[in-house]
Amino acid sequence: MVRFLIRRVMLGILVLWLVTLAVFFIFFDLNSSGPESVAHRLGGRQATPQTIKLIEARLHLKDPLPKQYWYFLFGYPGQDVANGPPRNHGILPIGGSPHFFHTPDLGYSYINGENVNHKLWIAFPITFSLAIGAAVLWLGMGLLSGIWSAIRPRSLLDRGFTLTALFFYSFPTFVLGYVLLLLLYYYLTKAGHAWFPAGTYIPFTSDPWQWARHLLLPWFTLAAVTAAAYTRLTRGSMLDVLGEDYIRTARAKGLPERRVVFRHGLRAALTPIVTQFGIDLGSLLGGAIITEKVFSLPGLGYEAVAAITSNDLPVIIGVVVIATTAIVAANLVVDVLYAVLDPRVRLH
Amino acid sequence: MTVGDIVSATHVPDEGPLAVGPEAARKIEGRSPWQLAFERLRRDRAAAISLVIIILIILMAVIAPVFAHLTGHGVFEQFRDTGLSVDGLPRSPRSAFLFGTDDQGRDVLVRVAYGARVSLIVGVLATALTVSIGTVIGLAAGYLGKLVDTVLARLIDVMLSLPFLLFAISLASVFQPSLTIVIVVLGIFSWSSVARIVRGQVLSIREREYVEAARAMGAGPWRIMFIDILPNVLAPIIVYTTLLIPVSIVGEATLSYLGVGVQPPTADWGQMIAEAATYYSVAPWFLIFPSLALLITTLAFNIFGDGVRDAFDPRSDRQMG
Repeated sequence: MVRFLIRRVMLGILVLWLVTLAVFFIFFDLNSSGPESVAHRLGGRQATPQTIKLIEARLHLKDPLPKQYWYFLFGYPGQDVANGPPRNHGILPIGGSPHFFHTPDLGYSYINGENVNHKLWIAFPITFSLAIGAAVLWLGMGLLSGIWSAIRPRSLLDRGFTLTALFFYSFPTFVLGYVLLLLLYYYLTKAGHAWFPAGTYIPFTSDPWQWARHLLLPWFTLAAVTAAAYTRLTRGSMLDVLGEDYIRTARAKGLPERRVVFRHGLRAALTPIVTQFGIDLGSLLGGAIITEKVFSLPGLGYEAVAAITSNDLPVIIGVVVIATTAIVAANLVVDVLYAVLDPRVRLH
Repeated sequence: MTVGDIVSATHVPDEGPLAVGPEAARKIEGRSPWQLAFERLRRDRAAAISLVIIILIILMAVIAPVFAHLTGHGVFEQFRDTGLSVDGLPRSPRSAFLFGTDDQGRDVLVRVAYGARVSLIVGVLATALTVSIGTVIGLAAGYLGKLVDTVLARLIDVMLSLPFLLFAISLASVFQPSLTIVIVVLGIFSWSSVARIVRGQVLSIREREYVEAARAMGAGPWRIMFIDILPNVLAPIIVYTTLLIPVSIVGEATLSYLGVGVQPPTADWGQMIAEAATYYSVAPWFLIFPSLALLITTLAFNIFGDGVRDAFDPRSDRQMG
């Protein structure tokens, strides 16, 4: 198990490193014609010539690319002057000066001088709340309806679930979001039933009940499309497992059906679902971007989309780095969970 | 989530490949798996209906100029007097504007018709690109094996788990957004699911006798991969292709909705929805019609794709998740 863990962590670090390489390549080299065009890109639409010069000097854009990449990771030299220009320690939490260990530094937005770390620190809990709630909801809906379908295949309920699943699966996330916004928020509120509030985010720490109530529609929007796929996945996997000999044995020795289905059946049926869950974390984040835009929740995705309009690239870089780190970390957790569920995984 | 998770919901195929009805029992003739699949697809009523809808949507895209001609409203034409209310707001559906108007006084009906063009073009081209890349990488990983497979399989895993939309946003913010960029971005980031399926199929096929025979006769890896193996993994590739089209269409609409896809004033469903979002309380029709068009299109393609999958593999209902 320890060896398995070490290998997984190493792999995660490798992926993160590749991601930083990709991000650096996309923003500092791809489709650019020299240092000035990169500076123009990072400076936003309305950057003045002075800003461009400043960016060029501060990020050492005239240095060779490998050197720039090194700075990008470990920090830019010559910026530790007291009261001088904003520091940039690089996106890794290690290396650089004056302290070897430090918080990863995502730099500054050149449009309004805002600290990207600070901006995303505020946005992160919103995306996190959205993603966690949606993941719980989608697994819950998908697993329950899938198990139910598998216990009584070809029943009316099974057909109903599969049809509903296909219907929701075909919904683009933002279309579903607007349908809910229009029907459950706008028309209901207009009719005097303000059951589903929207458009604001209440922090969990200030009022958990209102936090959940305000996130209900976004959660459902984000969860429904994926839950549909999980209904089918669970149903297929459960049907396969319930056809196995050991399930017949379990029934034959007189175990109650509930125990057969949940203890003996579900555990084995869960492995493909856990695999798929790890894969879907990335699209969960993609869906979160869309959902945040639909419901105007100022999370990471919302900031990223807003940054496209103003061409605020440092913010986009920051969101990509944070989001992929979160996904790699979450994948690690899923992999460990997988190894606990299915002991065979640990062996090779 | 990958395309593989969508599974049949239209009907439950309870007849095996042999149960073709009483008339088939009378005269026995040899049929290729392809003929059988086609036969099964023809019997699938839900697939037939969705195919008709798909054809209607294609027709709508082709004859979009006819809509413009009949209504007398161009796609980009703004009717500031007749198409906007006194307050400058979109006007509701009426005889002159069957689907109402948008925020700039343009005809929503005509724009929805033109929007089908972008969706279908991107849907087909991006899917073609995705499938081509995925097939080549899947073949290479599955057949060449060893180090190639280890590296490619890891790459597939990593690509599957990365947030595609964020990288799409990054690429689009570095390039000028355009239709080509949308197609390339969709292709680059969705090949991994195809590659995973193809690789799995190739792994089981490459140990077969006919591949060994080809190798014994001195065929090179390229010949074996593309002449001997590829035709035998074509069925899952075709199934995947039909299921990928709606995914590509939604992908394009999403990118355009976020502002990194097709740029205004080109009529595009995703972008229309983004524009309509501000007006959803005063002009719901502006939001509803492009949304409905997008939903009907993806639903039709999904149901049809399901039918194709069931036709090629009647047992798929149990095998796939």
